[in-house]
Amino acid sequence: MEGLIVGLSVFVLASFVGFELINKVPPTLHTPLMSGANAISGIAVIGALIIAGPRDWNVTVILGLIAVVLATINVVGGFLVTDRMLQMFKKKEVKA
Amino acid sequence: MSEFLSTGIQLAYLVAASLFILGLKNLGSPATARKGNILASVGMLIAVVVTLLDQAVLNYSMIFLGLVIGSVIGAIAAYKVEMTAMPQMVGLLNGLGGAASALVAVGEFWRLLNTGEPLTIDAVLVVILGVLIGGITLTGSLVAFGKLQGLISGSPITFPLQQPLNAILLIGFLIGSAYLFIAPENLTVFLGLVGVSLLLGVLVVIPIGGADMPVVISLLNSLSGIAASAAGFVVMNNILIIAGALVGASGLILTQIMCKGMNRTLTSVLFSAFGATSSGGGGAGAIAGDKAVRTVGADEGAMMLGYARSVVIVPGYGMAVAQAQHAIRELSDQLERLGVDVKYAIHPVAGRMPGHMNVLLAEANVPYPQLYDMDDINPEFDRTDVALVIGANDVVNPAARHDTGSPVYGMPILEVDKAQNTIVIKRSLSPGFAGIDNELFYKDKTMMMFGSARDMVTQLVSEVKQL
Repeated sequence: MEGLIVGLSVFVLASFVGFELINKVPPTLHTPLMSGANAISGIAVIGALIIAGPRDWNVTVILGLIAVVLATINVVGGFLVTDRMLQMFKKKEVKA
Repeated sequence: MSEFLSTGIQLAYLVAASLFILGLKNLGSPATARKGNILASVGMLIAVVVTLLDQAVLNYSMIFLGLVIGSVIGAIAAYKVEMTAMPQMVGLLNGLGGAASALVAVGEFWRLLNTGEPLTIDAVLVVILGVLIGGITLTGSLVAFGKLQGLISGSPITFPLQQPLNAILLIGFLIGSAYLFIAPENLTVFLGLVGVSLLLGVLVVIPIGGADMPVVISLLNSLSGIAASAAGFVVMNNILIIAGALVGASGLILTQIMCKGMNRTLTSVLFSAFGATSSGGGGAGAIAGDKAVRTVGADEGAMMLGYARSVVIVPGYGMAVAQAQHAIRELSDQLERLGVDVKYAIHPVAGRMPGHMNVLLAEANVPYPQLYDMDDINPEFDRTDVALVIGANDVVNPAARHDTGSPVYGMPILEVDKAQNTIVIKRSLSPGFAGIDNELFYKDKTMMMFGSARDMVTQLVSEVKQL
């Protein structure tokens, strides 16, 4: 139970940090912010790596490996597409 | 040595968490946004690499293969996706994140069962939460993706006793969970819970209409974060809990902003099947029949725009569908050449996800200082010669101000009807996603151009060029 409480404390405090960080973001950035945050939620990949860890095959490892693939798509796709979007945001067009 | 390594891993996680926080902070301002995204991705890389150093992780070749497959698919998707398809992309990625979190919960439950030791109550609790949130995120996102991609009808899908069914499922889930606390080794009940979670995701999103998609996407984004947090509780790992909570909070704030943009509460979005019940469907045709609509050709429209002093362009989902953003940019270039002051007015819920229009216009190289938020542009419409509405409907419906019977009543709108003239480019008089008629189209100062947004704007461009 103690671990649960520690985890819960971390969760609640991190949520407050999240609320403070995201308040007052200009609408222009809502989409990139969302896809960037989305990529961060791919952090589930760490959990997937941990349960896919053991060398011997069993159901857990297989589920873990599937989760690794899915979460990696989430992470890599999310960060790259965010970067692609942000590249397009310019103050003034640079005339070549 | 192993203790040293494990301390190192924990410290590295702390660094990663800090990078996530800094990254999100930087994502909040246009000047630093790109740096913020890079910071967050570096944090993720650190977290993945140090996890691979963990002694429990031995299955290197397979894991490496998984990482490579995932990276390749993710990279291809990120480079191929059209900017107009951004809402679907984010929806799908949300679903994958949710799926991964749910799989972690299921896998860990399986492992605990097979250790032969009795399961503790908190272990069962966090697994159940992980399965529930992850499962709902997965199927809810897939349905949202299907709706946005046009695979499933975008209008609300309802059937009798929908809410009671959801309630029964939820109660069933709670009973099943309670049973699992007493007899954790009952696999049938556990799989039943997984099934109910997946079903709930479908049932919650299916009755939500296309116009409410910005809210749904934000909410699912938040859920995918909370799902990751839940997975963090399952494997007792702080970095998952922290990162998930950050995303959960940020998604919730965006959800709130979107709800405010439509003057609706989250519960009404989730449970009222907006548009399906409004009486507009039958009445719209009748109203259109006895009210006159003025249409205008490209030549005359170009004249109005070209000789105006100020033009405000109001893009909507129709611009995205027709991929008209480049043509619009060309039009505004031509108008600026003639000395017209061109601004863009962006409604908070224009399009199908928060900030959708901004991304599309950025793709077409429109400088972002030219884009104005609703609150900034509304006072200017009085002084605007021509408001050019391109594929937007409900967000410019004046009924929202005065018609208490209208479903959009109370929603903040862009007040284009206050401009000297309004030109509306639209494929037909058909009502928008909210399924209601728009009185703007019948006003004396409003001129309609019927056709695809891109064709119409392209015609305007060639006419304006001749001025």
